[in-house]
Amino acid sequence: MSYLVRRLEFFFITLWATLTMNFILPRIMPGNPAEAMLVRYHGRVSPQTIKAIEVAFGLNSNESIFQQYLEYLRNTVTGNFGTSVTFFPVPVGDVIKQGLPWTLGLVGMATIIAFALGTLLGMLSAWRRGGIFDAILPPVFIVISAFPYFWLGLLFLLAFALTLGWFPLGFAYDLTDSINLSWSFAGQVLWHGFLPALTIVITSVGGWILTMRNTMITTLAEDYVKMARAKGLSPVRIMLMYAGRNAILPNLTGFAMSLGFVISGAILVEIVFNYPGLGFTLLQAVHSEDYALMQTLFLMITLAVLLAVLAADVLTAILDPRTREQG
Amino acid sequence: MAIRVVTDQAPIQAPTVTGRRGALGSVARGLTRNRKALAGLGVFGLFVVVAILAPVIAPYDPHALQFDQMLQPSRAHLLGTTGTGQDIFSQLLFGTRESLLIALGAGLGATLVSVIIGVSAAYMGGVPDHFLNLFTDFFLVLPTLPLMIIIGTYLNNRGLVVLIGVIVITGWSYGARQLRAQALSLRNREFLEAARVRGERSLYIIVFEILPNMTSLIVAIFFGAALYAVLAAAGLQFIGLGDPNSLSWGTMLYWAQANGALLAGSPVWVLAPGLCIAALGGAFALINYAFDEIGNPALRPVRRRK
Repeated sequence: MSYLVRRLEFFFITLWATLTMNFILPRIMPGNPAEAMLVRYHGRVSPQTIKAIEVAFGLNSNESIFQQYLEYLRNTVTGNFGTSVTFFPVPVGDVIKQGLPWTLGLVGMATIIAFALGTLLGMLSAWRRGGIFDAILPPVFIVISAFPYFWLGLLFLLAFALTLGWFPLGFAYDLTDSINLSWSFAGQVLWHGFLPALTIVITSVGGWILTMRNTMITTLAEDYVKMARAKGLSPVRIMLMYAGRNAILPNLTGFAMSLGFVISGAILVEIVFNYPGLGFTLLQAVHSEDYALMQTLFLMITLAVLLAVLAADVLTAILDPRTREQG
Repeated sequence: MAIRVVTDQAPIQAPTVTGRRGALGSVARGLTRNRKALAGLGVFGLFVVVAILAPVIAPYDPHALQFDQMLQPSRAHLLGTTGTGQDIFSQLLFGTRESLLIALGAGLGATLVSVIIGVSAAYMGGVPDHFLNLFTDFFLVLPTLPLMIIIGTYLNNRGLVVLIGVIVITGWSYGARQLRAQALSLRNREFLEAARVRGERSLYIIVFEILPNMTSLIVAIFFGAALYAVLAAAGLQFIGLGDPNSLSWGTMLYWAQANGALLAGSPVWVLAPGLCIAALGGAFALINYAFDEIGNPALRPVRRRK
């Protein structure tokens, strides 16, 4: 299981590095943004909250940096992230709890759809090498994947929401309604989520198509594919079970490593569509200089990406027998 | 954002070893023979010309507030005017300058960092390599936009240098990973062995023996990084983390969004700068992809025999 051990090592090291970077960043920045924040807090919050902010941003000079670090780690692990200025007096943890499901749902679904679709299209493109499909898809998607996510979102907004009126202008559900478990509400969520999800799928699918196509081309030249052809197996079976199956593994690793890029784009999509996820919250935090909320959001988004990477690693370990060997 | 899918198989084959002087020449030959690269270079060249000639082509001063607000496109104002009465077409032409500057500056910076980290990791090997590699992978999985947003907000200095610096910090890792893989494949080649036996210093070997043989990958990485820079800068400026008084495509989109251009019925204000960003980014992406084809002949388009 040395592969999984190595990937677990990577997970914990990156987790630690993220936590530490989150601690160091506000301390090495010129000036002291947190002091300005404390002035705004003054008289509005309890002494404990003030103390928590001092700890989080290193204003309490009585303690050594090492003590501050330990206290920061303890606060983070216990979920004590301080109070949000933007949504005062709601604790940062609660603000994040509201946004998290929307982001996970939107970005998660869109990414999985894009990956599945891209892998399939890439497989077909390599299989019918030189066909019409293969001639058109790669160049088109090279160009589309260079579109700014948010700009494509704006285009869709203009075309399908403003001009045609097929979809709402934004947000995750009708604001006249409240969150509830009913079919009509689920329909609203899908209807509101369609354009943002479409934006993410279209801009990210190209990457999966191209890498899948390129690894599939390499796989198709392998001896076992020739062997399968010589045996007279059906083409579909060779494509899916021989070449495609082996080309998916590197693509899956790539999938994990690229999630950070996808979520960066998705944040901008949320902003364009006023979608109430973490990205939209991040923008609000930036505009009101809500440092506590901003830092925690960065931590949470990174944590989500790291967990997804770990999940993809585990999946690779299950799918690829070679990773179970020593070495 | 861009095509940034990382596989361990990508263009990691050892390049054919070329003479020192032939390195750039072979890159140029490869570029001019590839149709995707030519299309990309054409668009890129067009923007360079526009950036240089902006004062000549632009019909008005891009900052002048002398016109009526939110005019629709007409003969006097090809793309209409902004919410504060500036000529959008003139803004677009002048904005090319800063957008190109960011793309090339940040692209160059990120390439430099990835060369230093990627090549030295491969050359040193062992424990330093392990840690540099871990460091690279960490920056690779990190969601860069939130990181850029945080650094940008803290610095509170919305200048060009800060913007470029932030993009470089978050944009070098992909190239470093590719360079390391290729440098590893070169490490045990005979010509390097010969240089070592001659008693050359490590720095000499890296700069004069290894790097010239990776020219085509380095150029490809530069265009990949430039593409990342175009998109990252546009995103940051769009959410207001650029200098709002500067003229660039991202800043134009910021003002368009801040003035509700779409709802106010001025879609051109949003369409034009975004189209420029997409065109420049698409050009860089095409050049970058063409290098993949040059480095890996298996990917080149095949013609069916009739």
